[in-house]
Amino acid sequence: MRKLLIKGGQVVFADEVKAADILLENGKIAKIGKNLKADGAEVIDAAGLTVFPGLIDMHVHLREPGFEYKEDIASGSAAAVAGGFTQVCCMPNTDPVCDNAAVVGYIAARAKEVGLCKVHPIGAITRGEKGETLSEMGKMKDAGAVAVSDDGKPVANARMMRLAMEYASDFGLICLSHCEDKDLVDGGVVNEGYNSTLAGLKGIPRAAEEIMLAREIILAETLHKRAHICHVSTKGGVQLLREAKARGVQVTAETCPHYFTLTDDVVTSFDANTKVNPPIREAEDVAAIKEGLRDGTLDCIVTDHAPHHVDEKNVEYNLAAFGISGIETSFSLSYTYLVKGGVLSLSELADRMSAAPARILHLEGGKIAEGEVADLMLADLNAEYVIDSKKFVSKGKNTPFGGMKVSGKVLCTIVDGDVKYRA
Amino acid sequence: MLGKDLLGLYDTSAEDIMLILDTAVGMKKLLTQNLKKLPHLQGRTVTTLFYENSTRTRCSFELAAKYLGAGTVNISASSSSVQKGETLIDTGKTLDAMKNDVIVIRHPMGGAPHLLAKNVKASVVNGGDGMNEHPTQALLDFYTMREKFGSFKGLKVAILGDIKHSRVAKSNLFGLTKLGAEVSMYSPATLMPQGIDRLGAKIARSREEALAGANVVMGLRIQLERMHGGLFPSLSEYAKYYGVSEEHLRYADKDCIVMHPGPVNRGVEFTTGVIDGENSEINEQVLNGVAVRMALLFLLCKNRQGESENA
Repeated sequence: MRKLLIKGGQVVFADEVKAADILLENGKIAKIGKNLKADGAEVIDAAGLTVFPGLIDMHVHLREPGFEYKEDIASGSAAAVAGGFTQVCCMPNTDPVCDNAAVVGYIAARAKEVGLCKVHPIGAITRGEKGETLSEMGKMKDAGAVAVSDDGKPVANARMMRLAMEYASDFGLICLSHCEDKDLVDGGVVNEGYNSTLAGLKGIPRAAEEIMLAREIILAETLHKRAHICHVSTKGGVQLLREAKARGVQVTAETCPHYFTLTDDVVTSFDANTKVNPPIREAEDVAAIKEGLRDGTLDCIVTDHAPHHVDEKNVEYNLAAFGISGIETSFSLSYTYLVKGGVLSLSELADRMSAAPARILHLEGGKIAEGEVADLMLADLNAEYVIDSKKFVSKGKNTPFGGMKVSGKVLCTIVDGDVKYRA
Repeated sequence: MLGKDLLGLYDTSAEDIMLILDTAVGMKKLLTQNLKKLPHLQGRTVTTLFYENSTRTRCSFELAAKYLGAGTVNISASSSSVQKGETLIDTGKTLDAMKNDVIVIRHPMGGAPHLLAKNVKASVVNGGDGMNEHPTQALLDFYTMREKFGSFKGLKVAILGDIKHSRVAKSNLFGLTKLGAEVSMYSPATLMPQGIDRLGAKIARSREEALAGANVVMGLRIQLERMHGGLFPSLSEYAKYYGVSEEHLRYADKDCIVMHPGPVNRGVEFTTGVIDGENSEINEQVLNGVAVRMALLFLLCKNRQGESENA
């Protein structure tokens, strides 16, 4: 009988935050209460700390197989638990593409071997993410895939997306759509507007994202299927989603910390660590993203953790890879900007970073209650620190947040009742 | 005061701009006396590192360096080799290791000179980077304007053409607004970048409005590849609705000057009558370009002396 007793912490429940002890037994939350005692249990002193449900990131890139020089399942899992995450879902743009049961099975098996956080593979919507023929979704589901997505390579053909939404639903899978009209993007690298003109960098109009987002809403609505929108970055996108949800469309959506913390003023430095797709937008978008998170239009926060090698960023802005290594900064940024910033309560933050992704993908976890899986994260909300990419566990040091002072430090991550990370 | 590099006019003060222009006056005097073996940069090396084709800018920098006694090296790299070959930073470090003093870089991507400057000891001069800036072109434009009008205060400058892709328009806008001039711009909507008004330009609703009372009429080169990219339908349609003829020039001030960074598409941006007309300063611009670049190289190298003594 493995036993762990977490004593004296402030516990973030779905509707309130209150002091409680938590006893973990055999990978489950056995008991929650005051002054718990348990013989033979290892005790974690959580006095002054806050206990969250283990964070769940439904959008990461672990790069294995194929791009192990950027990240691999071991380094990505270690980075995840250091960031407070107990479960992550990894996108299929690997080499080979995760578009078949063999690759799904490999990732799942390798993640078990590593044994840090739970890793759920996301299968490709189309074979090779080429947008031409459906991948074997049934077999991938049986091998452990929790969703399908052609993330990074949007499904350009509306008929193909329609077929994908219909077919995926037969297996209880949801399509996660990376919304990007490549014709409108036309080689752009930053948000189109004042700062793209100032820096002389080619702009990506908001319409490139919003047009495909509108398409997915219309498909989900007319087909009566579910759809999930990846990394929403624009005010218009939030508005489209809010209206769709009000009509009862089965659409969910995510955003990332860089869309509610930064404006595209940062691109004028030409620092390629600010290059990400979709691009960092403007102040009115940041405000809309926050409001979307507050009112639930945006269901959850993901990182779109996109580790890259330093050589892929230390080049001309146009040549640099898109993406931010974000899994180790997500909690601090979200806590600092959303909770301290007065947008969300602690319970709402736990919902956006844990319960909501669990609901969308039908995963275990997401809440602290007796009988639930023992996935927890302990943080010191009073701790302040300066983000330093050199200290990242991830191989990807590519962050635009270096040097930024944030609050809320992850101190301990517990997966299935076992401590997997301690600061 | 002018720092190690000249990357753009957005980050250059009005004082530094005036310092370069003032220094260029003396340089032009020497040039017009045909004094082309000067000692100012003896023992210095200037490398032009061009990732994009150029005749006039490169030639102008090279002659400016040579006239002042510097050694020059020219490196051309096709833009395809940017993606395949040595990285920009490695190329820059190689030049550094050879004790080169100044790198003049032209590059198809915005921000490349900034990346280079951060990584080399040499002074970096932006010779045009993507859609970002072309500061020395703007400086020679300012020199030409000042020579004609004496001051920038209240000067009306009309810029017509492909604003969206023009680093010349941007550097002119950044500098001219600092110097007290008014800049109006006109182009097809497909060639007008977002937010340029917030950067200080007045976007004209018509060719006539842009030209009204202008002291300076500046045309920008229309590149054929923009037409092939669908940004406007044909050169003849462009010439008809957006080009400037002698007739249009009547809207401008009668003593206006006509400028163009070159190379000109005759009959597109300007009619031949405008290009070769009495208001045209297009050839004078080229001479001024050499003088301004001499001044800039001289000032940057003077700064370097100070730095190495302190180091």
